Amino acid sequence: MTIDSKFQFSDLSDQELLYGAKTCPGCAATIAVRLALKVLGERTFVCVPACCLAATTNAYPQVSFAVNYVVTAFPATASTIAGMAAAAEMQGLEDVTILGIAGDGGTADIGLQALSGVCERNDNVIYLCYDNEAYMNTGIQRSSSTPWGAWTTTSPAGEGERGKTKYRKNLFDIIAAHRVPYCATASVAYPMDLMEKVAKAKAIKGARFIHVHAPCPTGWGYSSEKTIEYGKLAVESGLWYLAEYENGEMKLNLTPKTFKPAELYLKGQRRFRHMTEQDYKLIEENRDREWDLLKERVKA
Amino acid sequence: MKPRLIRDFHFPARPEELAFGVCTDAGVLTTANSGWRVFRPVLDASKCIRCLFCWVYCPDGVIGKEEKDLTIDYDYCKGCGVCAHECPKKAISMVKEGE
Ligand SMILES: Cc1ncc(C[n+]2csc(CCOP(=O)(O)OP(=O)(O)O)c2C)c(N)n1
Ligand code: SF4
Ligand code: SF4
Ligand code: SF4
Ligand SMILES: [Mg+2]
Repeated sequence: MTIDSKFQFSDLSDQELLYGAKTCPGCAATIAVRLALKVLGERTFVCVPACCLAATTNAYPQVSFAVNYVVTAFPATASTIAGMAAAAEMQGLEDVTILGIAGDGGTADIGLQALSGVCERNDNVIYLCYDNEAYMNTGIQRSSSTPWGAWTTTSPAGEGERGKTKYRKNLFDIIAAHRVPYCATASVAYPMDLMEKVAKAKAIKGARFIHVHAPCPTGWGYSSEKTIEYGKLAVESGLWYLAEYENGEMKLNLTPKTFKPAELYLKGQRRFRHMTEQDYKLIEENRDREWDLLKERVKA
Repeated sequence: MKPRLIRDFHFPARPEELAFGVCTDAGVLTTANSGWRVFRPVLDASKCIRCLFCWVYCPDGVIGKEEKDLTIDYDYCKGCGVCAHECPKKAISMVKEGE
């Protein structure tokens, strides 16, 4: 299960365009953004709404983005980048990339309407969602991308309560349904795949969307060195997948021959601590249903 | 080259020194993150095979690859331990700060 790679880490620049952020130690959102900016380069105009990333990158007077950067209102990432793209076009700036970066709450919940507008109009932007599977910046509330059974402060687990009672929304499907030129899922644990997707997106015109799985030591409850380990386990156990939608066709970038037991991914995280064998089984059954659907769409 | 901490930064002393409006320069680093660290990553260059997994996975991008041996910017390393955990050669060890 290897992923084709065209470039090597040693080819990449040592320059960092996101640096010194006040994100927690081991934060995967930080990895996703710094690697994306490595590929996109200095001529990137970034927009971030309220989320962990906005809160940690401009604690005055410190500014951790070394590119043009604007903070917008929580629901407004997509509408702001649509305006930035229009302004860049008016000014004849042809070498710039307009990049929106938002969390799962800002994307799958409150920002979805504006994002749908960008996709329908095919505005010339890249939208990157880093998915830490809850509203982390405000203290761990459930989002529509929080997985089934996960504890958050608004989906408690304890006496008679079993964490989130709903399955997560499939953002990739929602965006692909807009027939955008490019849409992908990725994970910080697969950096080559992630950077290749960003490079591919950069070369395409129109609305491009990348949904990056981003483990969060603080919100998920594991120690900071295990961020990549959990990112890999999510993919190896089939609870996250790496896919692309391009020219109307869907492709899986990695299909594990056999899935690792979901328990391996779940049991070390505090947010799943209340789970029983029965819960693991339910999660695996749902996973298998989802993968059946995925594979059918890839064949068709 | 990584961005660098501005060691002699001082806040504007008078209103005239303040930037106008809501804009500031990009990439201005005035405070370090080194104080967050409980453990410090220490590289044993003799064990390193330059696979660069630590370099790519370091959340904060503080590992440098421009010199003969990898470098670590201790102003901005938070001591998360990802580099040591992912190193296939166990070339990085996490050492308690102050020891
Ligand atoms: C309209 C509005 N409602 C609520 C908030 C408070 N708020 C700021 S960030 C945030 C959560 C962001 O969650 P997510 O988008 O997943 O990003 P994360 O913090 O997890 O990085 C909330 C609820 C706000 N800023 N604006
Ligand atoms: S709460 Fe999670 S996503 Fe937010 S800065 Fe901390 S580790 Fe990163
Ligand atoms: S991960 Fe280990 S072996 Fe690889 S470059 Fe880093 S220190 Fe060297
Ligand atoms: S401890 Fe964390 S921040 Fe420091 S060099 Fe290693 S991976 Fe980077
Ligand atoms: Mg979130």
